[in-house]
Amino acid sequence: MLIDVHAHFYHDRSPRADWRERNASRLAAGEQIGITIHVASILGSWGRASPTYFPSPADLPYGNDALLALAREHPNRVRGYVTVNPNYTTHALGEIVRCLGAGMIGIKLAASRRATDPLLDPICEIARERGVPVLQHVWQHRRRDWPGQEASDGAELCALAGRHPKVRFILGHIGGGGAWQHSLAALRAAPNVFVDLSGSGVDGGLLESCLAAVGVERLLWGSDITMDTGWAKLRYLTHLLSPDEVELVKWKTAVGVFPRGAFPSD
Amino acid sequence: MRIDVNVFLGAYPYRRVPGTSPEAVLRAMERVGIDEAWVTHLPGLFWQAPPEGNAWLYEATARERRFQPVPAVHPGLPGWEAVLAEARARGAPVVRCDPTYCGLDPAGAEMRGLAAACGAAGLPLLLAVRLEDARQRHPNDRAAEVPAAAVRALVRSDADVRLVVTHADRAFVEEVHFGSTPEEAARIWWDICWIWGPPEDHLKTLLHTVGVERFVFGTGQPLRIPENSVSKLDLLELAPQQRAAIESENARRGLLH
Repeated sequence: MLIDVHAHFYHDRSPRADWRERNASRLAAGEQIGITIHVASILGSWGRASPTYFPSPADLPYGNDALLALAREHPNRVRGYVTVNPNYTTHALGEIVRCLGAGMIGIKLAASRRATDPLLDPICEIARERGVPVLQHVWQHRRRDWPGQEASDGAELCALAGRHPKVRFILGHIGGGGAWQHSLAALRAAPNVFVDLSGSGVDGGLLESCLAAVGVERLLWGSDITMDTGWAKLRYLTHLLSPDEVELVKWKTAVGVFPRGAFPSD
Repeated sequence: MRIDVNVFLGAYPYRRVPGTSPEAVLRAMERVGIDEAWVTHLPGLFWQAPPEGNAWLYEATARERRFQPVPAVHPGLPGWEAVLAEARARGAPVVRCDPTYCGLDPAGAEMRGLAAACGAAGLPLLLAVRLEDARQRHPNDRAAEVPAAAVRALVRSDADVRLVVTHADRAFVEEVHFGSTPEEAARIWWDICWIWGPPEDHLKTLLHTVGVERFVFGTGQPLRIPENSVSKLDLLELAPQQRAAIESENARRGLLH
């Protein structure tokens, strides 16, 4: 079994004319890699009608609904994170209730509001109540504000995790850009934050450093938008870990992070 | 047969990278099935005189038949022609220059002079667009990435020069390839290490639009784990001869003569 905790799909109202091909490519590559479940999110309209990292309340339900439709179409392959914008608290909480009720298994926070901001607290509180994890898009060592997103870094996510010790957080794409050593240093003292190994980065030393910082028990496998790099990291892990430890990263830890019954093994 | 044209030996100055010794790189090659590696002395790239790393490189490659040396040339330093001549005499498959790390204009007179000399010597010139993702570079690692315009200018600057460009992404490849004449484009080879696989399918697209014959197998190891380049090929539906072309034959036929 292999669970991809960081996947994305597109829909007809995204800017991409090739959205069907990209979705099909993910599923086909997943077959080859051996991915059992893609746990995915759709970030509103992906920039078409509102910014990718600041999706509007008008765009979010369409994206979430598109993902729910994909999950219905591929019930044995696709699960969903409900994507919300914490700047619209009432809308976000309503969307979380609606989409978790429809079968989604986690909450995706992109980069609409810094992780340290109190506006994230009600979202984390409902995550605790419903027993679902929060996947936070992270810019590893954000030294400044970058255009197009109000990104958070590992230290900022850990501050949020410290305020919500009973919520399980997933630090998004440790290989997704930025200085990952900074995130790993922050994570050592944040036991409720798990590291998603996705991202295009395949730096030599990345996986060794992840293992040294948080241990194999807090690593989750994922791909994000580069499945080749995800597969490469998984392949390399088989040389660093025992077979039992590899199973933890592939799926066993994820089963404990997501709500009971989220995956076929439960 | 798998030839990795993009391999480094030695420590990286900006972060700790495991497995940079020749022995460790050989183990990584065995792990992923790489038969031959074209290796660069990594620390030397950051020295005032990168060719000072070439002596160590020649010693290391002389001890290991699976290594081929990729010596560094700095065309802004007096005597660089002798460095090039030595590379040729020692049978280096290519030479490299990373102009922005040398403080050189990537398409300036020194680089154009080097391109012409490489063309005359029959030695391909290798350039890396980047070594790391710009978002994660050390605050003091400020050398600019090589721009696509510089690659276009270099290939136009000499009718005989052949270029090997590593660490380029899809947009970079397309900009240079379709911004060149077919004759110019046929003198450029691209390593696959920085080109995305599915679901974006950049490599698949480029193999279709630019052509299989333009790509060579490269990993950027040990700065990058070599499993990545193998994985992106495994995710393609390639005929055996296409895969062989990328993994070894394009390098052998296009660069080793």
